[in-house]
Amino acid sequence: MARPASRRPGINRKAQYSLFASYVVAVTGAAIGLLLVVVAIFDPTGFAAIRVATSEISRPVSNALKGMVSGVGSVDEVLAAYWRAGSQNIALRRQVEADRNRIIEAKGVAQENVRLKKLLKLVDSDASEVLTARLIASSATSARRFARLNAGRWQGVRPGMPVRAPEGLIGRIHITTPNSAEVLLLTDTSNIVPVRRANDSIPAISTGLGDGSVEVRALTAGRNPFKPGDLLVTSGIGGVYQPNIPVAVVVRAQGEIAYAVPLANPARVDAVVVERAFEDAVTRPGPARAGVADETAASNVAQP
Amino acid sequence: MIDPHLYHVPRLGRHPSRFRLAGTPIITVLLGSCLTALPIIAQSPVMPPFGLLLLLAWRLLRADLWRAWIGLPLGLFDDVMSGQPIGSAMFLWTVALIGIDTIEHRMVWRSYRQDWLIATLAIIFCISGGLFFTRITGGGNVTLFLVAPQMVWTILLFPFVVRQCARIDRWRVMA
Repeated sequence: MARPASRRPGINRKAQYSLFASYVVAVTGAAIGLLLVVVAIFDPTGFAAIRVATSEISRPVSNALKGMVSGVGSVDEVLAAYWRAGSQNIALRRQVEADRNRIIEAKGVAQENVRLKKLLKLVDSDASEVLTARLIASSATSARRFARLNAGRWQGVRPGMPVRAPEGLIGRIHITTPNSAEVLLLTDTSNIVPVRRANDSIPAISTGLGDGSVEVRALTAGRNPFKPGDLLVTSGIGGVYQPNIPVAVVVRAQGEIAYAVPLANPARVDAVVVERAFEDAVTRPGPARAGVADETAASNVAQP
Repeated sequence: MIDPHLYHVPRLGRHPSRFRLAGTPIITVLLGSCLTALPIIAQSPVMPPFGLLLLLAWRLLRADLWRAWIGLPLGLFDDVMSGQPIGSAMFLWTVALIGIDTIEHRMVWRSYRQDWLIATLAIIFCISGGLFFTRITGGGNVTLFLVAPQMVWTILLFPFVVRQCARIDRWRVMA
């Protein structure tokens, strides 16, 4: 086939100018796009307002579709169980998984008790739950790992709040719009979570790899202390995540890095729980401290 | 064979409306970008960028349909839907369209295979460019290895998408 008709407009002046102007617009626009990316380097959530309209429109669609297809995500699991050992197998495995999480949490609680007994001042963290919602969509084409939550600012969700499922940690809120929010998943390459090993509290840092797993680096000196099968829970350091939320299980140790798989699969969980940031939940002024907090706030305002 | 409604008997002396002529390609690209609203919680970048695929398909099918600046509004919409930093697809899609324009001036022979090759280059450019932008805007240390599978099946999907675009195009120009 010969090449298609040339876009060169010949000697028609008007057509020449029109074509030239279209390229000027295109190049200028591309430069503006590049500029917007540069702005995003310094302020990653800066243009979140632009996403409000589309997220408000796409939310009901995603939500309705989610209602139709929930359950499709676990079809492969059911088939695999049937293929191997009949339908009983899957029920048992579920039971084991549920029990294992209870054991992890119990271990964490026991250890926390030991630690708390050493402390004189006990800090009670309770009622940190904000709401329960569902994940309805995700950034499936992008290298980032965001999921869209079916609740937003009007429901009390704020950026930075941790998100968890009964099985374990999911991530934290990144951007909020009036009725939906973007969750930065645990496996995103920029999501760093302070964790510790459940049985002996070795501190570590978990970073997402973007492919459904996380890498874990121990904060202790010396050789890599992790081995396959180790369970990791949040340590509560940094003030975002509650302590003792199950995070991941180590599957491979290589050099200084251990690779782990999250315990909660965002594609499988039915509903997720949004919690207050740990620091807010702990330092929230009670009725007795409200006056003090007001005074502090007033003095803070007066000082600068 | 996909949709019996697209088999349309053209009538003599009738023209399709301007909205159908100009709007159909744009709406299909926007719908392609909207596919991220499907309730799939992906654990890795698995879904091909359908907005980009449809844009390239229309551009290579109908060279006179759009000027290069069409990449700006369509790219902005894709950025908003996809979770990439805003400006990323705006820049990459427009540059890809300008690149296709320059290639078309140079090439003497064009056929289906050359189109696929051009689209392959554009897809590799846009996906790896998007990865680069992700990395510099706080995305952490993401590697090219992560998006390689997505790249491969986006390229393999291109002939199918062109075929469907041609089907829609036939409906578009027939009254």
